[in-house]
Amino acid sequence: MQLITCPWCGPREETEFHYGGAATVPYPADPAALGDDAWARFVFVRPNPKGPATEQWSHAAGCRRWFTAVRDTRTHRFLATVDIQPEVPR
Amino acid sequence: MSRVDGYGWAIDRSRTVSVTVNGRAYTGHPGDTLASVLFAHDVVALGTSVKYRRPRGIAGSWTEDPTGLVQIEEPFPEPMLQATAVEITDGLVARGVNGQGRLAQVPDHARYDRLHTHCDVLVVGAGPAGLLAARDAARAGADVVLVDDRPTPGGALTGTERIEGRPAREFVADTVAELATHPGVTHRQRTTAFGHYDDGFVLALERRTDHLRDAPTTRSRQRVHRIRAARIVIATGAIERPFVFDDDDRPGILLASAARDLLHRHGVLAGHDVVVATTDDSAYAAALDLAGAGARVRVLDARAAVPTTWAARCADAGVPVEAGTTVHGTRGTERITAVVVGDDRAEVPCDLLLVSGGRNPAVHLFSHVGGPLAYDEARGAFVPGGELDGVEVVGAASGAVDPLEEMPPLVLWRTDGDPARQFVDLARDATVADVARAVGAGMTHLEHVKRYTTIGTGHDQGKTSGMLAAGITAELLGRPVAGLGTTTFRPPYTPVAFAALAGRARGELFDPVRTTAIHDRHVRLGAEFEDVGQWRRPRHYPRPGEDMTAAVLRECAAVRGGVGILDGSTLGKIDVQGPDAEVLLDQLYTNLMSTLKVGRVRYGVMCGHDGMVVDDGTVLRLAPDRYLITTTTGNAAAVLDRMEEWIQTEWPGLRVRLTSVTDHWSVFAVVGPRSRAVVGRVFPDVDVSNEAFGFMTWLDTTLDGVPVRLARISFSGELAYEVSVASEYAPALWDRLLAAGAPEGITPYGTETMHVLRAEKGYPIIGQDTDGTVSPHDLGLGWAVSKKKTDFVGKRSFARPANHDAARKQLVSLLPTDATTKLPEGSQIVSFCDAGALPPPPVPMLGHVTSSYHSAELGRPFALALVRAGRERVGEVVHVPVGTTLVPARIGGSVLVDPEGARRDG
Amino acid sequence: MTTTTAPPTPPGAHLPEHPDFLWRNPEPKRAYDVVIVGGGGHGLATAHYLARNHGITNVAVLEKGWLAGGNMARNTTLIRSNYLWDESAGIYEHALKLWEGLEEDLGYPILFSQRGVLNLAHTEQDVRDSVRRVEANRLNGVDAEWLGPDEVAKVCPIVNVSDDIRYPVQGATFQPRAGIAKHDYVAWGFARRADEAGIDLIQHCEVTGFTTDGDRVIGLRTTRGDIACGTVALCAAGHTSVLLDELGIPAPLQSHPLQALVSELLEPVHPTIVMSNAVHVYVSQAHKGELVMGAGIDAPTGYGQRGSFSIIERQMAAAVELFPVFARAHLLRSWAGVVDVTPDASPIIGCTPYDNVVLNCGWGTGGFKATPGLGWCLAHTTAHGEPHPLVAPFGLDRFSTGALVDEHGAAAVAH
Ligand SMILES: Cc1cc2nc3c(=O)[nH]c(=O)nc-3n(C[C@H](O)[C@H](O)[C@H](O)COP(=O)(O)OP(=O)(O)OC[C@H]3O[C@@H](n4cnc5c(N)ncnc54)[C@H](O)[C@@H]3O)c2cc1C
Ligand SMILES: [Zn+2]
Repeated sequence: MQLITCPWCGPREETEFHYGGAATVPYPADPAALGDDAWARFVFVRPNPKGPATEQWSHAAGCRRWFTAVRDTRTHRFLATVDIQPEVPR
Repeated sequence: MSRVDGYGWAIDRSRTVSVTVNGRAYTGHPGDTLASVLFAHDVVALGTSVKYRRPRGIAGSWTEDPTGLVQIEEPFPEPMLQATAVEITDGLVARGVNGQGRLAQVPDHARYDRLHTHCDVLVVGAGPAGLLAARDAARAGADVVLVDDRPTPGGALTGTERIEGRPAREFVADTVAELATHPGVTHRQRTTAFGHYDDGFVLALERRTDHLRDAPTTRSRQRVHRIRAARIVIATGAIERPFVFDDDDRPGILLASAARDLLHRHGVLAGHDVVVATTDDSAYAAALDLAGAGARVRVLDARAAVPTTWAARCADAGVPVEAGTTVHGTRGTERITAVVVGDDRAEVPCDLLLVSGGRNPAVHLFSHVGGPLAYDEARGAFVPGGELDGVEVVGAASGAVDPLEEMPPLVLWRTDGDPARQFVDLARDATVADVARAVGAGMTHLEHVKRYTTIGTGHDQGKTSGMLAAGITAELLGRPVAGLGTTTFRPPYTPVAFAALAGRARGELFDPVRTTAIHDRHVRLGAEFEDVGQWRRPRHYPRPGEDMTAAVLRECAAVRGGVGILDGSTLGKIDVQGPDAEVLLDQLYTNLMSTLKVGRVRYGVMCGHDGMVVDDGTVLRLAPDRYLITTTTGNAAAVLDRMEEWIQTEWPGLRVRLTSVTDHWSVFAVVGPRSRAVVGRVFPDVDVSNEAFGFMTWLDTTLDGVPVRLARISFSGELAYEVSVASEYAPALWDRLLAAGAPEGITPYGTETMHVLRAEKGYPIIGQDTDGTVSPHDLGLGWAVSKKKTDFVGKRSFARPANHDAARKQLVSLLPTDATTKLPEGSQIVSFCDAGALPPPPVPMLGHVTSSYHSAELGRPFALALVRAGRERVGEVVHVPVGTTLVPARIGGSVLVDPEGARRDG
Repeated sequence: MTTTTAPPTPPGAHLPEHPDFLWRNPEPKRAYDVVIVGGGGHGLATAHYLARNHGITNVAVLEKGWLAGGNMARNTTLIRSNYLWDESAGIYEHALKLWEGLEEDLGYPILFSQRGVLNLAHTEQDVRDSVRRVEANRLNGVDAEWLGPDEVAKVCPIVNVSDDIRYPVQGATFQPRAGIAKHDYVAWGFARRADEAGIDLIQHCEVTGFTTDGDRVIGLRTTRGDIACGTVALCAAGHTSVLLDELGIPAPLQSHPLQALVSELLEPVHPTIVMSNAVHVYVSQAHKGELVMGAGIDAPTGYGQRGSFSIIERQMAAAVELFPVFARAHLLRSWAGVVDVTPDASPIIGCTPYDNVVLNCGWGTGGFKATPGLGWCLAHTTAHGEPHPLVAPFGLDRFSTGALVDEHGAAAVAH
């Protein structure tokens, strides 16, 4: 029942949001170059810190934008939410 | 009768109300509770205790009471309410409970609903502190919500106090009246804030009808208020607690504050011969009030000295006060007849024992949201021990000392006696002996003690007993209370009916029902429906006398032999636009979409990062920078979400935008060898010949000026056209297609026939023939996996060792060799069986039947199955346990009808 | 004045007594042959079987809070073995067989009540998945039946099997041998036996780090001093990642809040256990008469032992939808644990890159039922330095090879 601050819409009910997991594991630049262990780490392993976690959320029932958030997993408090900056397409 | 004149501001003596308790009729007045009616009739015993079957009465005057539990029988059964908190209405029937409540055997047709409120300030509790906080906020112009759980405002005020120079009731009335003049103020009584969550969110339950005689049936019985407040003022007061002594559970033992409450609110004198046993000043007021109302009262103060002003007032009132004395036990059977007092264990006759052992600030709401609690050594209670943003605790809830207090309290948990007869938690029949056993067993943490003894798990959730258990445990361990572990409270503050929390989310409103634009047509055609995700889809259209098997066989034959029509509108549709649309689709589909030419259609498969199939569908290239993709019905939202996530988080620079157009477009599949004639008739301007309009192409046309899209896509192997139109025109288009198809005998068909037809062709249904552990190669869809692309989602996982296991399960067909048994879907497949019998378990399994149907075309049942190394086993006979028999079945290739693909062009 | 005649004690409204002695509270020694990190059900069961099956008793169980106060104290006690895949059926059925004799083994009234579990099917696909699981269970020697709606109503008359609900019940799988037990009693039963065997149960002792020497962990840093160890068995459930981060072992675990709730005590109305994946609720009526309910995890991760109330509201709606008679039952208390969830909804058990560290985690929402079976197998793994055959398929390496044991992909149910 938290309020989450969407960088686009402002504070909204948590039930409007979708949790998208860790924001710190990008898709590998060249998956074919990875061994089975390294690939498994990308597919399955995500940080699971007890404390601040950098995560992806989307305002699924609102503007539908994804953003990055830093949330303390001990308290569920959001420490920051920021828009994702576009990068040059690969 | 123990009603006294001149008291009872909460009751309306001009009217009487009749209720039945434990089979006996009683009368009371509007404003009474079950508890006050019983006390008015000198009834103190109500039920029996859960474990020792001891008589139990009422020990409090509101939701703190651990023992006076009733089962409501009329007007509608409700288990386990506190007699102290049930307002009476005519015809109410209740009985004391013996540990377990009873649920109604009939559905509850009452309404329950929710209301959302946003405000600047929420004040919880309309006692003096709450009223003042609400008034201050209102005067400052804030939007204020004030909620209070009791029927009337005023909190613990008895009416004898003076506030702001006025009698307390006047102060309350004036303040409430002033609040009503502020347009920004909402004030609700009978509304319990039961849960406090992050960021100023509070859930409060309003009881709206039970206290009314003739509530309109349209009025919701209970309402959950969902209140979001910028600031929350917790003014929930404090809860008096007793202390523990021998036989402290006897009916006729009451909290001192409760007796005062009964007197002033309800005009009930709870006893005539009263002993007050106290450890603090607060009980003196009770003693004086009861004496003033005509009772014989004597006070035992456990402290070595007594507060002089109070004692003097007692002397004036003829109330003897003894210092350094307390109660050690009680006598009586159904009701207390005497207390055992002092070191010499003298017996003092009485019919009511009032106990006051200190106060527990009602810090529950503060604690719900993580507010830290600290143990106040001097008062023997947990108080707010830190700050919370946007939350303020005021009045008695904050641990503030009563201004009338002269002398500090004595922290006393129990007096000397027989631990086995000293009840700590009356609700759970748990004694000091139980606590002692727990400690003796090695328990050092309060949580362990509570679990060992079950203290605090009763209906009142330990509102009075929790602190006693902590104190007694600490004493037994010889440790400070603060060292026993942190206390936290969790919602709900008081119990809440399941139905109230469910609200209106029941039946059709439990989850939205989605229907297509021509749902009424399906209903008129007599369709049987099936739930697919939230959608309700026609499964088949039985004719009179047909069961599903007969209807589906007929529909299948009609399609393969003539023409059928399917409402395919529920398929997910996503409009993908932008210069990088092809980059995105190449990454998400296993096959190449960038090479797809405008005007053409391609089947595509999507995998997860783990290389397992998650969805499939067709992709239409509408323009160099625009595609329309379809998804399975159940996965539409998930696929859109995946795609959005990819373009917003992985490759946020991609110039591409996605729009769901699932509901925008209605799609009808016109299928079968006669489909060309039907479509040609409806769209005379379109050249529907195979040469002009080939397989896996699409074109746009119009019908009476309305844009229509046609596509040559087939999910049955037959010649087929998908006809799409904006949903507002869908009914008209459907009607036209049916009318045009009448000469061909066009047959509407449902999902079941669609499934049979696709299965005959070996086309998998994602989610039915797959389960998240199946790769495209397992499905025989290796042809749809690009070898040219250096990467796409899932590709790297195809290289893992398990993906190359020769024993992987593959999609194949299964034909029962008897040509008559339809294998149940879900059946397991075994290879070896000796003389028709299975070996003892565990029996190795080869796979399972994913789809199974009667085929009109084949004239026999057939199945699809995932079988270990299935493609290598084609021709092999395996066995399928069906009930008690083993059905032999031959493995075949997955395509059973028209393996050459001769039919798709008509 | 009215009198109330004392009726007989309602069945179960109170519970059997605990023994007079449970455990010592020893000071930690400076070294043990085996150190088990985490005094939940799994850690305590492992300790018991180390002593009972392998004669290893120079063992400490280190618990950061109060003993068995984590998920063991918070779970809804469903016990069943009707899992889909052979690997799962193997370990869960081994556990169920142990449950059937556990009361005797522990000499503790653990209130194991085999009242059966119904897993409801609400869609055609649910039906297929259910039949598939029933058939697989039978071939694996696990008792299982498929019941139509009428038979469901016979087993549990209060389930609404009519068509007037949003997702009508199409049938259910039924495992008669499934049941519930009293979680604290189970934990304390194991703890008492371990203590009797001389194993030290050390509370308020958090492991904060490890001292390593090459491929071995030689000591643990704790809030009660350093402790040297022969072998380390990690049984920290929701907190496993915190320890694995210290050891530098990457593992696919996410810690999520999982909530549960109880009603007040009610006369018996619900004779079995009902689970519904499609409408997201499961319910049993525990020994004293309270309805015990749960649903799914909260989507975001979290270590706070606190979940979102929206999940509870949703499960209330589901409960009243499926069981109309529950309308006026009351939510009395709700709580949450922290469950360690894996990508394939199966546990991770076995060896680690450190020679003397064995790992047990990832049981997510469903590890209570495994308690004795896991304890048995992990004790074996610890004693022999090699995975017990029943847990061998659950090694960490399966994520690299792709040989997952995907229980949710197979639409089986959690808990
Ligand atoms: C609400 C809920 C309902 C559930 N329902 C069911 C169910 O119905 N059926 C079922 O089978 N399962 C259920 N489960 C899952 C089950 O509870 C868990 O899978 C199981 O309890 C995990 O094993 P455990 O008992 O050892 O865990 P825990 O009891 O959590 O034990 C782990 C212990 O490790 C301790 N620890 C952690 N880190 C450290 C450290 N650094 N140092 C020292 N100690 C540490 C913790 O304090 C904790 O006591 C449920 C779980 C929850 C939360
Ligand atoms: Zn937004």
